[in-house]
Amino acid sequence: MAAVPDELKVTAEEYRRMVGREKPPPPLLQNALKAFFSGGTICLLGQVIQNIYIAFGFSPEDASNPTVVTVIFFAALFTGLGLFDRLALFAGAGTAVPVTGFSNSLTAAALEFKKEGAVLGIGARIFSLAGSVLLFGVVTAFVVGLISALF
Amino acid sequence: MSVKVAQQSIFLDPAPSLASTATVAGPMEGAGPLGSDFDFLYKDQRAGEKSFEAAERKMLLEACSRALEKGSFGLDTIEYFLSGDLLNQITVSGYSAAVLGRPFFGLYGACSTLALALSLGSMLVAGGFAANVLAATSSHHSSAERQFRYPTEYGFQRPPQAQWTVTGAAAAVISATGEGPWITAVTTGKVVDLGEQDSFNMGAAMAPAAASTLLRHFEELQRSPDYYDLIVTGDLGAVGSKLLRQLLGRSGYYPEDNLNDCGLMIYNPHLQKIGAGGSGCACSGIVVLGHLWRRMKQGELNKVLVVSTGALHSTTTLAQGETIPAVAHAVALEM
Repeated sequence: MAAVPDELKVTAEEYRRMVGREKPPPPLLQNALKAFFSGGTICLLGQVIQNIYIAFGFSPEDASNPTVVTVIFFAALFTGLGLFDRLALFAGAGTAVPVTGFSNSLTAAALEFKKEGAVLGIGARIFSLAGSVLLFGVVTAFVVGLISALF
Repeated sequence: MSVKVAQQSIFLDPAPSLASTATVAGPMEGAGPLGSDFDFLYKDQRAGEKSFEAAERKMLLEACSRALEKGSFGLDTIEYFLSGDLLNQITVSGYSAAVLGRPFFGLYGACSTLALALSLGSMLVAGGFAANVLAATSSHHSSAERQFRYPTEYGFQRPPQAQWTVTGAAAAVISATGEGPWITAVTTGKVVDLGEQDSFNMGAAMAPAAASTLLRHFEELQRSPDYYDLIVTGDLGAVGSKLLRQLLGRSGYYPEDNLNDCGLMIYNPHLQKIGAGGSGCACSGIVVLGHLWRRMKQGELNKVLVVSTGALHSTTTLAQGETIPAVAHAVALEM
């Protein structure tokens, strides 16, 4: 709903072009490099954790579940300590794409809404950020599962 | 006798005085270049409270009581309390008004609240409806972040044009008597919407509103930008400030060094990771009532035009695909 007063010698269309010129471009290459190395480091640590579980007698397949749980735990811990958001400011997709991002979105929401009560606060709103990941993840898994079962 | 000179502007006569001001701020604002101009700095964002919302309320009340104390005004001499903030239903102001117990006008102008409160407060005083009124505003980085964006501990990369909400509160006693700075003229802005939709680019959404109000002010009061030692916009940041200059240029106004932005003054952009500058009600609040008020008192500035800018969207309207309407109000301060 545009509202352009007479004293402004500009149209909404022209202004959109002006904004496009002045808006600083996101540092894509820099962000990609940071994400590559920080995300890679997280995955490397995950592999170290998995190897530790294997050394304790887990089979390589069985070791992946406790590994994911461990990484989720540390991401949640770092969120609670107030360090994760600072890390993510640097790492971007490097922390968002691995399971650390999922853990952070749950823990951050839980911390934020804790003061609104256990049921209506934490319970109702813990998935406020991660909810769509779950929904579309489950739906996609269902569709892919159906396709693989049929063909 | 005050007179409305044209559609949007009023000359106030007798001009009310900004008799006493006080500002409080958070740790990041204290570490910025204007840190020493604020009356009290909190070491911790929570200010010892259990929530960020409670912390913001504590800051607003602290600014109010300091403003009263510094000017030796008893609470019973305050005839109206005008205040606004960014939180839903302006709860910081409403809850604080419950503590102060004075007749209350709750204002919503988003980050334009400082100029809005000073405009209405000075009209009340110049119109003879009150001898002293208290005008105040506040914002808090974390309470605003959680309402308008994500939970505070959620990790994400901010785009370079994003601005940082200022944590702090500012209050002023506007009085019929005093030694200045005087509020001599008020230009009330219209809501302007040129179609910006990026909630991380508030400066771009608000620059047209600032331009509109400034152009009306210059035209209706027949003043050029040179009339003022300093014209400060509220929180346009780096991107919005450039756009404002371009918009003014299209109408033949080319202000030079005397045009600045509170959002560009409050932090040190090279040392503090604040993106394109500060924002929030407290941005123009603490810069004007803390830093500029002192410089006017010390005689370094004589004529200052304050143009606080506010974006009038909500998370719901943006999620539904609407654009960001914005408003700017101008208040002329003179020694």
